[in-house]
Amino acid sequence: MFSENFNRGEKLSTLKSASVQYGILLIMLALGAGLWRLQVLGASNFKELAEENRIRKEPIMAPRGKLLDRDGRLLVDNYPSVSCFLVREQNKNLDADLPLIAQGLHLDLDQLQATLKHFRAAPGYQPIPIKQDISPDEQAFIEAHRNELPELETIDMERRLYPRDGFAAHLIGYVGEVSEEDLNNNPRFAAYEPGQVVGKAGVEATYDQILRGEDGSRDVIVDSHGREMGYLRTQHSTPGQDLKLTIDLDIQRTAELALGEANGAVVVMDPRNGEVLALVSHPSYDPNAFAVKIKRDDWNKLITDPRHPLMNKAIQDQLAPGSTFKIIMSAAGLQEGVAQDMRVNCQGGGSFYGRFFKCDKHHGVLAIQQAIPLSCDTFFYALAQKLGIDTIARYATSLGLSQKTGIDLPNEMAGIMPSTQWEWHNYHQKYYAGNTISVGIGQGETQVTPIQLVRALSGIASNGHLVRPHLVDPGELPAQFRTAVYDTFPGSAEKSVSLDNDTWMTITDGMAAATTSGTAAAAHINGVDFAGKTGTAQVVGGGDTHTKGGARTPNSWFVGMVPRRNPEIAVVVLQEHGDWGANSALIAQKIIITYVNKKRSQDHNLLQQAGTEQKPVEVGAVWSNPEPADPKHGAGQHASEQTAASVSAGHFFVNPAQASKDLAATPAASLFPAFVTPIRWRKEGQD
Amino acid sequence: MRRFLSFRDFDWGLLLMVLILCGISVMEIYSATLHTKYVGGHFHTKQVYYILGGLVAMFIFSKIDYHKLLEWSPWAYGVFLLSLVAVKLVGQKVLGARRWISFAGIHFQPSEWVKLVLILAVARYFANLGGRDLTWKEIGKAFALVGVPMLLVLAQPDMGTALTYSPILFAGLFLGGINWKQALILVTTGAVLVIGAWDSGKILKPYQKARLTGFINPDNDPRGAGYQVLQAKIAVGAGGIWGAGAEKGTQTQGAFIPIPHADFIFAAFGEEHGFVGAIFVLLLYFLVLMRLIQNAQTAADLSGSLIIMGVVAVLTFQIAVNVGMVIGFMPVTGIPLPLMSYGGSSVLFTFMALGVAMNVRMRRFVN
Repeated sequence: MFSENFNRGEKLSTLKSASVQYGILLIMLALGAGLWRLQVLGASNFKELAEENRIRKEPIMAPRGKLLDRDGRLLVDNYPSVSCFLVREQNKNLDADLPLIAQGLHLDLDQLQATLKHFRAAPGYQPIPIKQDISPDEQAFIEAHRNELPELETIDMERRLYPRDGFAAHLIGYVGEVSEEDLNNNPRFAAYEPGQVVGKAGVEATYDQILRGEDGSRDVIVDSHGREMGYLRTQHSTPGQDLKLTIDLDIQRTAELALGEANGAVVVMDPRNGEVLALVSHPSYDPNAFAVKIKRDDWNKLITDPRHPLMNKAIQDQLAPGSTFKIIMSAAGLQEGVAQDMRVNCQGGGSFYGRFFKCDKHHGVLAIQQAIPLSCDTFFYALAQKLGIDTIARYATSLGLSQKTGIDLPNEMAGIMPSTQWEWHNYHQKYYAGNTISVGIGQGETQVTPIQLVRALSGIASNGHLVRPHLVDPGELPAQFRTAVYDTFPGSAEKSVSLDNDTWMTITDGMAAATTSGTAAAAHINGVDFAGKTGTAQVVGGGDTHTKGGARTPNSWFVGMVPRRNPEIAVVVLQEHGDWGANSALIAQKIIITYVNKKRSQDHNLLQQAGTEQKPVEVGAVWSNPEPADPKHGAGQHASEQTAASVSAGHFFVNPAQASKDLAATPAASLFPAFVTPIRWRKEGQD
Repeated sequence: MRRFLSFRDFDWGLLLMVLILCGISVMEIYSATLHTKYVGGHFHTKQVYYILGGLVAMFIFSKIDYHKLLEWSPWAYGVFLLSLVAVKLVGQKVLGARRWISFAGIHFQPSEWVKLVLILAVARYFANLGGRDLTWKEIGKAFALVGVPMLLVLAQPDMGTALTYSPILFAGLFLGGINWKQALILVTTGAVLVIGAWDSGKILKPYQKARLTGFINPDNDPRGAGYQVLQAKIAVGAGGIWGAGAEKGTQTQGAFIPIPHADFIFAAFGEEHGFVGAIFVLLLYFLVLMRLIQNAQTAADLSGSLIIMGVVAVLTFQIAVNVGMVIGFMPVTGIPLPLMSYGGSSVLFTFMALGVAMNVRMRRFVN
């Protein structure tokens, strides 16, 4: 097939070789044109693509602000944690990797697939959060599979560390990933992105804006395997602001221990300014379970528990106030001029509107001065009848019942105060006057929350000055945010209810008698001016059963305060089905003892300290103004009805260093010694 | 009968251009692998050894009279046909394809050598036909001559190398005396057959099809073949007019370009040295090819011309397909860029082919 003659004579055709040359020239020109198109015309576009290729934006999470108690003790801290995200920018078929990812990160494959499906419509650059707070061995898994699973990204972030055993859980609240629903429907979350952590309950929710800070970001140079090769630009995060609460860790701890295993709530408040020193709701829950992502089982357990652990009973439990309502009744009765001269003969009850209403004892003939400490139902039945439902409702409402107090916690409940108008509005019927009788002893349709009750009763003891309860000193907040909080949590806020001196004296003395010789005598504290009122509120269908903890056993209330007038601390204790109110009074007693002991040791220190540093000390006092002709004046702690022409209360800064000198030098005619500066006036006398 | 051959007749100008290209190659292999997983391979050093080996092979092949080579070519053809069969049967499987056989500890890829053998065999075949008009039978024989080894390589499977055999055939047919009518019939039949083979789905494997179409619409398959084309285009485009500078190409250094030292070295070079550098390299290739064609025109006889034109055809094809692939004109076929891409077999073949071309030039005054 091959001959040995290679045609040595023949030559290559010049035409054909030239056409090959031109062909090659054409090819080269075409390639050159292609390079021109990419490198000259398309350069800027491709440079951009190249940057996108190699630069990835990584968020830098801002550490959340810590929560401190009023003395600066740590309540809620952060701990470093690593979260795993899935980045889809790699244009890789992720589905094939899912089983390996699920195995390595200990995830449920179905759930992982569902998560991805959920984010299918999201833009490709948006990382999908797949597991939070991963363990060291899961981190090691991601590190070891950088080449096979370049789509896995880890992000360091600070995570919430809450107190153990649900301590203060309801006031602190918890954080969690912002929910899809909130993102879409709630304007508060408009600027948030999926996967971001937000406050969902308690102070964490209210002050989220302040606590969260601002996340930063970093442009990371990566190679085609997603390995980090360097950083370009870093925008640092702004850490969240630490928040000092008004909570006193010592009081909070005492309150939690004192309430023990009972279902209920305790609120300890400073009625002078509304600072909440302790807020307990029991049973509690572990907010740490929410800090990552709560397991479905745990969640179900929490929401189906009949004891409602997630409910903040201090602001959400709406129950009949029982006999504690008698203080409000007394205020109404005395202000209306009805109760002063009332004398009622209690024969174990009385007949009203054709029906017999029981009292638990035969108290005999008594006036309001005895009716309050002994908590005689018959007296208040009669008073209710005299006042009528609408007068009672007017006083109760002006004292903050059936409206939110405006405490800076989400989802406060308003309670109910029946009236003819309320009856008409809700049931379209006329109010049956006979119902007024049970309202008089805090039964019937009346519903209050513990926070409302402590605010109303301590408000009466503060001569009608009602405060707005709060957990964060508004002075700590930027003015703008303060307004925002007030707008978000509207309530009756601070206000004054005009009470006669007489009314104030009678009621506060009555409450003081309750803890010495009345229903709460067991809670008496030697040497402390402790006043209060018990409440044994029967539950619907409960009748008169007194088995503690049973479903038909009455709810046990107690509201107490120290001192009896212008109290600086007020406590409300609610035990659901806790039987007699006196049981709750014993809990309040423990809290008061802790408070007083702490105060005494502090004041002692303060005086010593102030003495050396020349700092004024704040003191509270009540005094009667001198009659023009009467030279008597001074800090009378108690003025009798005959002599108290006009009585005032207030707070002063006293400079202890100068006190002794100045007292001696004070002219008899001057109302205040030179070292006393009044800072607030509560009440003028009868003029 | 043989005149004394002096190395003054050696084409020193051609060699200079080739060595400049080799220098660029070594430099770019170094730069492109510097920050990637290939850095441990010391490819630039190895490439220097391959080039030195290639130069030795080139001088050896220029010394042996190409008529001798033509005489031996039927034997070589037979041996390599057998070795291709051997590869198919006992070859080492690498990445799903059998392309290598090991013999006495040396890894050996016969398909590269077949190129050189085919250039000689085709030149010999058409030279014997004397440049006159070809009969259909003679055309058929030429197809069989190239087609058999081509099918064997395609079956390895190694589509890229198999495709580089075709320009040898077409150059032979064109220069060997095919007329326009025959050419038209062949092109038409070829087109019909290609379309038929494509649709039947039996000849090409799905991944091969994907690679062939990926360059048209890279976004359809951005992680597979399309991804490689896309990344190559981004790299070349990002280079701009002047380039990012050696060792500074973000796409090259970030390992976004696949195999940046071998098949995609032109993309790496394009990013780091820009339009100016890329055109400079294309110009060098153009000059090399023109110089070879000039040598073909001055060859002593038709067989010598056909040998050089075969070399030109293979080199032109590889340059066009490889650069075309990098800039998105051509599918990804795994064809290396001669003298630039890293790889012993490729470097060795190119230098041997150039050696044979030198051989023809040195003997242009014979007879």
